[in-house]
Amino acid sequence: MKFATAIIIGAGQSGLAMSRHLSALSIDHVVLERGEVANSWLTERWDSLRLLTPNWQSRLPGYAYAGDDPDGFMTMPEVVCFLQQYSRSSCAPVVTGVRVAQVRQLDKGYQVETDQGPWRCRKLVIATGACNLATIPSPAAGLPARVASLTPLQYKNPALLPDGGVMIVGASASGIQLAREIQAAGRRVVVCVGEHVRMPRTYRGRDIQWWMDVTGAMDVRYDTMVEDIERARRLPSLQLIGTPERVTVDLNSLRKAGVELVGRLVGLCDGKAQFSGSLANHCALADLKMNRLLTSIDDWVNTSGLARQFAPPHRFEPTDVGPETRLSLDLIRAGIGSVIWATGYRPNYSWLNVPVFDRKGRIRHDGGIVSAPGMYVMGLPFMRRRKSSFIDGAGADAGDLAAHLSQNLNRAAA
Amino acid sequence: MTTTTSVSAKIDNGVNVNALLDARTALEQAPEAAQFKWRASCEWVNGTHSRSAIGNFFGLGAEQSRNKTFTVDADHPQLFASEDNAPTPVELVLSGLASCLTAGVAAVAQRRGIQLHSVKASLEADMDIQGILGIDDEVRNGFGAIRVHFDIRADAKEDDIKALVAQSQKRSAVFDIVTNPTNVVVTVN
Repeated sequence: MKFATAIIIGAGQSGLAMSRHLSALSIDHVVLERGEVANSWLTERWDSLRLLTPNWQSRLPGYAYAGDDPDGFMTMPEVVCFLQQYSRSSCAPVVTGVRVAQVRQLDKGYQVETDQGPWRCRKLVIATGACNLATIPSPAAGLPARVASLTPLQYKNPALLPDGGVMIVGASASGIQLAREIQAAGRRVVVCVGEHVRMPRTYRGRDIQWWMDVTGAMDVRYDTMVEDIERARRLPSLQLIGTPERVTVDLNSLRKAGVELVGRLVGLCDGKAQFSGSLANHCALADLKMNRLLTSIDDWVNTSGLARQFAPPHRFEPTDVGPETRLSLDLIRAGIGSVIWATGYRPNYSWLNVPVFDRKGRIRHDGGIVSAPGMYVMGLPFMRRRKSSFIDGAGADAGDLAAHLSQNLNRAAA
Repeated sequence: MTTTTSVSAKIDNGVNVNALLDARTALEQAPEAAQFKWRASCEWVNGTHSRSAIGNFFGLGAEQSRNKTFTVDADHPQLFASEDNAPTPVELVLSGLASCLTAGVAAVAQRRGIQLHSVKASLEADMDIQGILGIDDEVRNGFGAIRVHFDIRADAKEDDIKALVAQSQKRSAVFDIVTNPTNVVVTVN
């Protein structure tokens, strides 16, 4: 039986940031990783994917991007390199190739069963990420067998898709990025649009992430948003893409490129897809929300007295989906060869055999402190701060949770 | 010289938002109580004229009765060789949509502390009657499209008024019923 005071499951940015903090506190621990460091970045992302945050914003405890393109957006191989180098320079106690099969609660800690034998620990940190599984909506059950069904976790590039057109369900970060690249590869693309968050890549001459950072938006804490926190945690991902050209991809640009926009997929029966008639409202809501963000940026600039440093305020074209959008599509007749479910992701906690879940299967936590003693979770959207699910957010959260873990260790020992 | 201090009048659109928020909190802990059943019964009068009666509904785990029964008549117009005793069913649907959205605007405005002065909605829906007359199979029976225009006077900026209408649609029952598929099961005798 192997033992550590703390076990961290997952060697991505969250797990490594936590490891760094625990090492600084001299708390013995091990990081169990089913693959190599940065496994999800390495194996579960598509070929052309880049971060949608600029490189300077990849800041971890005691480490930061030191390359020659701080305003650029790292490719997946670069992210993997970045994190593996972090692991090495931290001398993080990572054990790779270890798959956790089950975690059980013990009297004063947890038993972690793995394919390399069992471990015991007093403290458990779940750093397995928020995107282990693609969430597939119920209409998927009606997809004809002839039409291929994929998630963004499986998709790699347009050439590997079956012949024919592609229907992408979902227009958040994954959906709009895939729509752009698959359309550019010459395929017919239809995107089903539900709730989404529209964002320009740049505003008044600066990257939108720079604004979110400097105005403090990314540091907003979960406990200052008591009323709205559950809604904030369920917000879809930003319609952003990282490209060297710093392009903005939104529904208008997709439509101009020839992508067909339809409403949310609400039914799929006998090969016929049904779309909601509420597309115009979803677009209006997204435009209003974006404008509120831009106004908050303008207000910040005015208060700071730095207006001269930035280009003047302006607004973007309202989303125009045309006067009428189609309400249904016969997939076979329309030559749709595959459907990509870009409808969100969720964590996989099937191995966690501890009663810490709510009636919808979500882990119960207070800012990352799970409802079981000595258990922590990391990397969930707005878990502790708006930036919790971003690379840049791992460090602050790890610092807070490591301090809590440490304090409770000492109290228990006394 | 007197200095007048402006007293901000309490925002009142007539919606008891606190009661709604309390209900929301309570139901979050008891989702079974959130299962409602709305009902209507209808009796044929003559020709295309019928009369609906609306009374009891089910909610919060129990039958809810009202101290009165509402009646709603429907008929077809003279252009349809009918007697025009009441609005057509499709016009009642437009009215239902308008009312649901309007009530939503009032509730959201109350919640957001915006004083409304007037809210008027005008609606228009296209219908190709080749559908209902069975002339052309490729024409649907229902509306081709519905257009709703809101004219709202309120103590708020234009974008905030637009946001009221957008939020109202987001949470509207009739908007959902009209824009998304709903199962209807009809049995006889």
